[in-house]
Amino acid sequence: MLALGLAIVFSIVRLINFAHGEIMTFGGYGVFLAMSLGYPPVAALMIGIGASVVMALAMERSAFRAMRGADVVSLLITSFAVSEILKVFFQNGISPRPVPISFPASWTGTYQLGGLTVGVVPTVSILVTITALTVLTLILRRTATGMAMRAAAEDFEMLQLLGVKANRVVAVAFALSGLLAGAAAVLWTAQRGSVDPMMGFFPVLKAFIASVLGGLGSLGGAVLGGFVIGAIEVMAQAFLPDFLAPYRDAIVLSSVIAVLLIRPDGLLPANSGSRS
Amino acid sequence: MDTALSISGLTVRYGAIEAVQSIDLTVTEGGITALLGANGAGKTTTCMAITGTLGITAGTVSIFNHDMTGATPDKIIRAGVAISPEGRRIFASLTVEENLVLAGSAAGTQETAKQRRLALMDRFPILGERRRQLAGLLSGGEQQMLAVARALMSEPRLLLMDEPSLGLAPQMVDQIFTIIEELRNEGISILLVEQNATLALEVADHAVVLANGSVAAAGSPLELADNPALKSAYLAA
Repeated sequence: MLALGLAIVFSIVRLINFAHGEIMTFGGYGVFLAMSLGYPPVAALMIGIGASVVMALAMERSAFRAMRGADVVSLLITSFAVSEILKVFFQNGISPRPVPISFPASWTGTYQLGGLTVGVVPTVSILVTITALTVLTLILRRTATGMAMRAAAEDFEMLQLLGVKANRVVAVAFALSGLLAGAAAVLWTAQRGSVDPMMGFFPVLKAFIASVLGGLGSLGGAVLGGFVIGAIEVMAQAFLPDFLAPYRDAIVLSSVIAVLLIRPDGLLPANSGSRS
Repeated sequence: MDTALSISGLTVRYGAIEAVQSIDLTVTEGGITALLGANGAGKTTTCMAITGTLGITAGTVSIFNHDMTGATPDKIIRAGVAISPEGRRIFASLTVEENLVLAGSAAGTQETAKQRRLALMDRFPILGERRRQLAGLLSGGEQQMLAVARALMSEPRLLLMDEPSLGLAPQMVDQIFTIIEELRNEGISILLVEQNATLALEVADHAVVLANGSVAAAGSPLELADNPALKSAYLAA
């Protein structure tokens, strides 16, 4: 889901937004605040997702719009800078320590499926991701906004020359990525039971790797990359001998490198591939 | 005669380099002005400065007697300007119809845009035939027609055409220039940027020749054609 959010923004503005993790964290804090104020869990969840959308839009407006058209390195540095600034705000403005969130037990439990014990959160995660990909594909293919987003990905300046409000198109892309980050925040905090300033860092790193594995800028590739990495991690956990367990992450990432050596543009490359 | 476009003292800088310096140029309403010159003379830079895509260092741009100096591209488009850019720049991953729908989305209601789209597909039958095809799969000439049709979706009063004949077969070039004359007869003012000076001078009322970012000569097609030095130096095509 996070990889999909990264892919939407990259496909349109060629920005790998490493502050995407902080959009997710902000969503988590939104859930925490809402629950602290006594909102019921479903409302808190909506507020959390809304918070992520607002943060994504604010980030686009205040930091990335001015950098439109800048080179890849400048954009990357800007996204790292935004990420660090937000982490400092979270640490000093809220708390450097994890703050607890209590979700209903039924949201975080397990259920039986044909003899297997399956987690509720992973199931919801998969279903939401597949739904998001389907809905996004329909938006891109069947709506005027989606058409404008595809055009913006190809030639942003030409879209402006047609009189289309291209800034709005980019804002919609950021809002969609914020929506996905918010959903990821809800699922992540449901599993962990807490929010902390560094919450988004490792998930976004993995999302970035998933995006690259799937094909940078490719929406379907981002989702596929996420599933492949997840599958490799689970298989490593299930089948690796104990003495190799500490090297699990290295083995997973080595597998990713191996795939990229064979398919350097990823598993499902975007139509207009570019190396960043 | 009223003026569709008037630029005065236009200067555009890329960093330390002045790409165009002190350009004066006029397009009369309902007329065609040709902007000529060799590769790198500053023709496209001038065009992009008019559309607001490139920042203007000095000078003024007036469109239908409204000062549009420094205006953003969407304001300039709303003032009645459209562009068929150099290299066509159609959206290759969108279909022919989607390219036209997108161009119509910023101008008028959905119903009006639909009527215009159907009218343009009648005017350019090949676009109607290929409406569901990806624009990137069209031939060069078909893409040029799509670029022109796309520009016409906003019913512009001033059309900027940048190198419409570039890379096209002679037969297709003739078709494009026929269309240019038709558009002028319909009252659309045109700034025609061309390296093919011979053809451009056949349709234009007035011409400006650029060299190294400055105006080397300006006048009627007859005046320019009568100057052999000018002809050999800048109007070689």
